[in-house]
Amino acid sequence: MLLQALAFYVFAFVVMASGAMVVVSRNPVYSVLFLILGFFNAAALFVLIGAEFIAMILVIVYVGAVAVLFLFVVMMLDINVTELREGFLKYLPVGALIGVVLLAEILLAVGVLGSDAGALAELAKSGPQMMPVENTRAIGRVLYTQYFYLFQVAGAVLLVAMIGAIVLTLRTRPGVRRQRIGEQLYRPKEDAVTVVKVPTRGGV
Amino acid sequence: MIIGLGHYLTVAAVLFTLGILGIFLNRKNVIVILMCVELMLLAVNINLVAFSVFQGNIVGQVFAMLVLTVAAAEAAIGLAILVVYFRNRGTIEVEDINTMKG
Repeated sequence: MLLQALAFYVFAFVVMASGAMVVVSRNPVYSVLFLILGFFNAAALFVLIGAEFIAMILVIVYVGAVAVLFLFVVMMLDINVTELREGFLKYLPVGALIGVVLLAEILLAVGVLGSDAGALAELAKSGPQMMPVENTRAIGRVLYTQYFYLFQVAGAVLLVAMIGAIVLTLRTRPGVRRQRIGEQLYRPKEDAVTVVKVPTRGGV
Repeated sequence: MIIGLGHYLTVAAVLFTLGILGIFLNRKNVIVILMCVELMLLAVNINLVAFSVFQGNIVGQVFAMLVLTVAAAEAAIGLAILVVYFRNRGTIEVEDINTMKG
């Protein structure tokens, strides 16, 4: 149990520290790398709490797709790093104030700071519930039966996002020479061949 | 030294606050703002999974997967818009994005 608590504190600290580094990092590339570190440690937290499937999906989707997409875009756009940091200190006081107030509010609401005896405190006392079947099987049992329409909607959302991204970024450049096979195949005989009546001893 | 629900909720609260703080602080770089949105969605996911496990109800994890899907779609569309915007204007500073201001 002590080892589990130690692991939780290590992973939680790294998640929060890398989240802070995403915000304050000078270079956007470092921000993306810290984001990846944070995602890995959040996945470790999920494994620790017993949600293995979500943890693996987090690694695959967030680290494998989203963070790499961010990395591509950061490297593709030619942005001036030093200019991007201007105004950071100007907004720091109001941002820090709002952040502290919001954090205090959330912690009060979930009852971590206060000592209220609401439903949350009761829930926290009960400890993690043991599932009768393993995590992936439990998710699959409800995902493909009870929440099948939700699953389909998720697929539709991804399809729309994919088509939208392609439509947004696709551009047709003028002056690109490209083979048009359809036109080649359907070219009529009259365009391709001219029959010339060659006079005798005259040449063409 | 038992790790309870409050610990996970605290981590999620700190992550969410960091995301909001990042949106306030970075007035120049839209990419960092998108990353902060991802951080906030991660915090939401931690909350959902923690409640799901501590209540013994698997539905929270199903919903966390839906949040994950939406996050991936949002990142794809947001970055596509960003690339198109950079192609047209040559900048991604937030303060310069005021073409549609009424």
